[in-house]
Amino acid sequence: MKTWKEVTPGAVITDPGSARNFKTGSWRAYKPRWIEENCIQCMFCWIYCPDMAVKTKKDGKRAEFDYDYCKGCGICALECPGKKGNKAIVMEEEGD
Amino acid sequence: MHRKVAATGNEAVANAMRIANPDVCGAYPITPATEIMQRFTSYVANGKVKTEMILAESEHSAMSSCIGAAIAGGRVATATSSQGLALMWEMLFIASGMRVPIVMGVANRALSAPINIHCDHSDGMGARDCGWIHLYSESAQEAFDNMLQAFRIAEHLDVRLPVMVGLDGFITSHSIETMEWTDDETARKFVGEYKPVRPLLDIKNPMSYGQLVLTDMYHEYRKAHEHVMSGVPKVVLDVANEFEQISGRKYGLFESYRLEDAEVGIVVMSSAAGTTKEIVDQFRDKGIKAGVLKPRLYRPFPYVEVGEALKHLKAVAVLDRADCFGGSFGPLYMDIASALYPYAQKPVLVNKIFGLGGRDYMPDQAEYVVNELVQIARDGKVKFVKEYIGVRE
Repeated sequence: MKTWKEVTPGAVITDPGSARNFKTGSWRAYKPRWIEENCIQCMFCWIYCPDMAVKTKKDGKRAEFDYDYCKGCGICALECPGKKGNKAIVMEEEGD
Repeated sequence: MHRKVAATGNEAVANAMRIANPDVCGAYPITPATEIMQRFTSYVANGKVKTEMILAESEHSAMSSCIGAAIAGGRVATATSSQGLALMWEMLFIASGMRVPIVMGVANRALSAPINIHCDHSDGMGARDCGWIHLYSESAQEAFDNMLQAFRIAEHLDVRLPVMVGLDGFITSHSIETMEWTDDETARKFVGEYKPVRPLLDIKNPMSYGQLVLTDMYHEYRKAHEHVMSGVPKVVLDVANEFEQISGRKYGLFESYRLEDAEVGIVVMSSAAGTTKEIVDQFRDKGIKAGVLKPRLYRPFPYVEVGEALKHLKAVAVLDRADCFGGSFGPLYMDIASALYPYAQKPVLVNKIFGLGGRDYMPDQAEYVVNELVQIARDGKVKFVKEYIGVRE
């Protein structure tokens, strides 16, 4: 940990992308679960995720959640249109 | 060529801003600082400066735009007063915490309610602990000189903190007085070119301002801020020495007036110091050893130097143009008391609250205070430690 003599004036961060070092997944109370058979690949979850915690495959289709950074906000589950009335993302309580 | 002119305090501040030629000025003009912006925007309109004016929808937004422009890498200046400064309050801490060297003229005015547009120091005192550097001016000349020096102090690489320059609302801001303009070329050279530090617009070196800092680091940032503040007096003196070379006008951390051999003294800020010095001269003519200490650098407060300047006196009155409701004493009194506390031998200290909401500070009030100090110095008897003067009983 830095001492007061070592901190950057003005609390400026000069090292871009440093938020990557701070894993926020531990904040989660609810965990999104992806149900692939209900997924129509609309990528709404990828667009809406505030933490870039929806990973994608090389072909641009969605992959698993990145649980290191997912805070469990549930926006993806709310926005998910699902297929024929069945959600492709559901929120489940952590630890269940 | 230095020119003798007749000018108002506001005109003096606006002219110093013209000389400094800020990149950005975010403003929401307010009485009695309005004329600063009125004059400055005319300089912008007439091409005398290259400043981009941002006319904001409130002082909170004005200060926010100043902070944004400053972290982007520009020299930034603005002005405000009273309620405007109060509305900026939240952003004042953000400016100082982000270490941006914004310079702001403040025409000191009373706070509402009841609403009042005239001079007292409640506005500046309300912002005294917000991490800014505070300079106070007795006259239009001092407002001009302090503004020019403020750019150098704020932008000094060992400082990088915002500075506010106080001048008494209406009394100084609107009164026309004889003063000397330092010629533009000399003054511009003195203020110098702006050197951005970690500008956000430096796209080759991406960075991020406004971080969340929690229990693990916040304490360290506050200690670092306090440490930077402790180095400010030296910079203020260095800049003052350099300013004296171009102007012939001498500035210190405070003005010490006939204090060396004094037995009684008055501590008072800004325009009221002029009246007080006049009365002190009259008492000196009668053989009474009186003196005045006029703070200039109010934050960081030069406790050690002030203590050394006052410790030999027998009685001192601190005149506050603001009160700390519930704090028992005026803000300046508490600073002077702290400065004198370490000394075993120290003057008896009394506090007078004067001039609130522009109530005139008349020579007879200063006379009353000096007479009381002479009595205290003689018999040590204090009637009131704190008293309102010039108030109808």
